[in-house]
Amino acid sequence: MAGAEDLKLLGMWASPFVLRAKLALSLKGLNYEYVEEDLKNKSELLLKSNPVHNKVPVLIHNGKPVCESTVIVQYIDEAFAGTGLSLLPSDPYERALARFWAAYIDDKLLPSWTKTSRGSTEEERAEGKEQSAVAVENLEGALRECSKGKPFFGGDNPGYVDVILGGLLGWVRASEELYGINPFDPAKTPLLAAWAERFGALEAVDPVIPEVNKLVEVAKMMQAKLAAEAAGASN
Amino acid sequence: MAAKEELKLLGVDVSPFAIRAHMAVVIKGVSCEYVVEDLSNKSELLLSSNPVYKKVPVLIHNGKPICESLVIVQYVDEIFSGDGVPSILPTDPYERAIARFWAAYVDDKFFPVLRGIVLALTEQERVEKATETLAAIEPLEEAFAMCSKGKAFFSGDSIGYVDLALGSLLVWIEAIRRMYNIEIISASKTPRLSAWAERFGESAAAKEVLPEVDKAVQFGKMLEAAASAAAASK
Repeated sequence: MAGAEDLKLLGMWASPFVLRAKLALSLKGLNYEYVEEDLKNKSELLLKSNPVHNKVPVLIHNGKPVCESTVIVQYIDEAFAGTGLSLLPSDPYERALARFWAAYIDDKLLPSWTKTSRGSTEEERAEGKEQSAVAVENLEGALRECSKGKPFFGGDNPGYVDVILGGLLGWVRASEELYGINPFDPAKTPLLAAWAERFGALEAVDPVIPEVNKLVEVAKMMQAKLAAEAAGASN
Repeated sequence: MAAKEELKLLGVDVSPFAIRAHMAVVIKGVSCEYVVEDLSNKSELLLSSNPVYKKVPVLIHNGKPICESLVIVQYVDEIFSGDGVPSILPTDPYERAIARFWAAYVDDKFFPVLRGIVLALTEQERVEKATETLAAIEPLEEAFAMCSKGKAFFSGDSIGYVDLALGSLLVWIEAIRRMYNIEIISASKTPRLSAWAERFGESAAAKEVLPEVDKAVQFGKMLEAAASAAAASK
């Protein structure tokens, strides 16, 4: 571990965005203090460190806060450039591709999944399903393009896009139990399906991903709560 | 610039995203062929260079396409660097993180509500979006003080990443003022940004790239019409 570096991560165990930060720290072999936040009773430290959004994750390095998961992951890579794996590629064009796909995951993939599971009308959910199918197809192509036949988006070793997509793995696994859907269907997106297995099995990754049954429990509680609210609202 | 560098930028004058990419190239002082796209009749080159989004801007460097405005800006910053070449992002990792944070804020929080003012279907919705936009600009007014540390731009002495992210929207902010009499940036409510906006507009790169506000007003009217038509046909 880098000497006298003070690294603290404010997070919530089920958050895919927090998981991204954990994955980056783990892949680079960095030690840090993890603080679990109660999002219904946010700490002074969280509110002070992220006054604009009041959200997790927040990485606090030597007392200075960094917010937004993609910003945090790039920061970890740059501030600890000599340590462990390099997450962003060294070639500027490949870096541009990595940033493009990371943005795609947040701008297109995630919203389409949210629409599929939480769309308020059946029409919206169906739209979400269509958009999700397009999004994963595009990502399958991205994996082919970026990996060039190697195991990860980053090539021989996991990199930026692996981490950004990897943050979603807990929920990807939970999705099968919750909705009977595997977002990375081996029949439709074989490369992504294989990637999910391979990335998830990494020594630096496996212990960090939240347990699927706990995620399923949380999701079921949320669903029940939303259903109760909807029922109450219609009375 | 290296002898065989070929740079082509596909864009549209009024697109804030194209403006960012175009200004980045101008700031770097590199020559670039600027191709104006007709969005109602997109070129083969655009469609094949950006198959995922089919949108502008696209930078094509020695035949290889780069898409998404902030990705393009970072790419241009990294490819064209060195002695005497202005930097768009800072070198310090923490300052880079702050710059990326605020650029993301502009795109995720500010731009959607700003655009909502133009796309609003009712007066009530427009007022709502305007209120949200006025709220969304406040953290940027504070951020300017923190980032600029008394200097002219978010980045310091010269235009940088956050300046481009927000500055590219100034034409639309002014267009909105003319169209709806809604002032997002004003000397009374956002004095720092107001002064910064003037400096931004006076810069050589802005003068070369920014379109006339009336062009944005015209485009805005088209967007309004398209939005009502889409709503009416539902």
